[in-house]
Amino acid sequence: MLDRSSVPETLAKDEATRRVRFRGAGFVPASSRFGGWIALALVIAIWQAAGSAGLVNPLFLPAPSAIARAIYELAMSGALWQHLSASLLRIGVGWLLGTAAGVAVGFAIGLSRLARSVGITFISALFPIPKIALLPLLILWLGIGEEPKIATIALGVFFSTAISVYSGVDAVPRNLIRMAQSFNVPFTTIVRKVIWPGALPAILAGFRITASVALLLVVSAEMIGAQYGIGAFVLQAGNLMQTDQLLAGVVILSVFGLAVGKVIGWLETRLLHWR
Amino acid sequence: MDLIANHITHRFGDLAVLDDISFTVGAGEVVAIVGPSGCGKSTLLSILGGLMQPTSGAPELRGAPPADSLNPLTFVFQDFALLPWATVEENVEFPLLHTQLSATQRRALVDDALRRTGLTDFRATYPKQLSGGMRQRVGISRALAVKPAILLMDEPLSALDSQTRELLMEDFVRLLADGGMGAVYVTHNLEEAARLADRIVVLSRRPGRIREVVTVPMTRAARGEAAAREKLLSLQNQIWSLIRNEAIDAEREVQHA
Repeated sequence: MLDRSSVPETLAKDEATRRVRFRGAGFVPASSRFGGWIALALVIAIWQAAGSAGLVNPLFLPAPSAIARAIYELAMSGALWQHLSASLLRIGVGWLLGTAAGVAVGFAIGLSRLARSVGITFISALFPIPKIALLPLLILWLGIGEEPKIATIALGVFFSTAISVYSGVDAVPRNLIRMAQSFNVPFTTIVRKVIWPGALPAILAGFRITASVALLLVVSAEMIGAQYGIGAFVLQAGNLMQTDQLLAGVVILSVFGLAVGKVIGWLETRLLHWR
Repeated sequence: MDLIANHITHRFGDLAVLDDISFTVGAGEVVAIVGPSGCGKSTLLSILGGLMQPTSGAPELRGAPPADSLNPLTFVFQDFALLPWATVEENVEFPLLHTQLSATQRRALVDDALRRTGLTDFRATYPKQLSGGMRQRVGISRALAVKPAILLMDEPLSALDSQTRELLMEDFVRLLADGGMGAVYVTHNLEEAARLADRIVVLSRRPGRIREVVTVPMTRAARGEAAAREKLLSLQNQIWSLIRNEAIDAEREVQHA
């Protein structure tokens, strides 16, 4: 038989009580769904109001409505597509080439002792070089066409991708690899079914970085040597003091960056749903 | 099929971990390995299962494995080692993917393993959605799917709460009851060792040497009876007296490290 406690379940009525203070608040940041958009709209509204009231010289900072008009006119004239398609082609090809090479080299470094010894030395030596500084050399090697611009983007993307891929491979829990080995799972299946999905979060995080790198490099490369492209357009607008056109180019770049971020976010949701 | 530890010695650099370990696990036999912390129990199991190479000596197999065994020596890991991106069903099927089995045959093996571990209703669940006990059931189910001759279990219950440990221990007793499958069971829990093993290999403090091999003097089926409890407790005390002082020394060594 169990002993029952003799402690009374209710407190004496005259005994004062006080509630334990809640101390567990905070440190769980959650973004509201519309908060960011509302803040953005507010900033644009203030900007527009300041412009309309003549508080800001439109030569230095045109109002949002003037920028929107510039974008509309660009779109109607066909110039927007001409510049955008040139930039997209360079980013697309350069990013794909750099990513493919970076993934291959990153996996080799992550999986092979020889590749690691050689690869990390080269990457450590070459990664810090600003890739845009190589553009004149690449023009010398590859001519003045699209190739040097694409190669500059590919180089920038390659190093960041390789680093994120081999870091991702290194971060795959060793116990999962040992588990697979204990079942005699072949090397290629371990790479495909254990290491690839295990490294994928780091690889996709790397894609976010390389998308920004590609955008930065395409604009820089187009400013140095291109007739068409968003970078060239922004530079021309700046030279002619057409600040509404200049900011139209900046807005287009921002929208493009947002779109790429959304695509990568969608990929993460699809591929990393298990997290 | 017998698994033989043949004069296994292992060093990590200058650190001697195992010294001349020899014993045999017969077909259908369950051998527990106990000893103080850091005595090399898990290292020995990794060597026996071919996941580590010993400095000298070797793990050996004698006799043919069962004809239907797809992986005669199969591990059950302490940390479950489940693929977090795969469902329960995919985790259990994982070791079968590279075999010559057809999809239908694989499906039959997976279904059987899930049924034996009570996971049929959880086949589409991801590991993060399961409790620790359920995750270890998935690990056991994955091991059963390849029809092992000998299970190599590395402290399979140590990451679990006491109630879950008790339930899973009952599962182990049931799975190993018919003698069709042997096991090497590494544990620091003497109760688990006495409950499950036919023989208990007691290792000394590092470098691990065999101090004694204790035979549990009753069948596994008889150990659930009330009369057996006193005998098992006495056996645990006997083993504890063998390792107590070394366990204290090992604990002090960890504190001073």
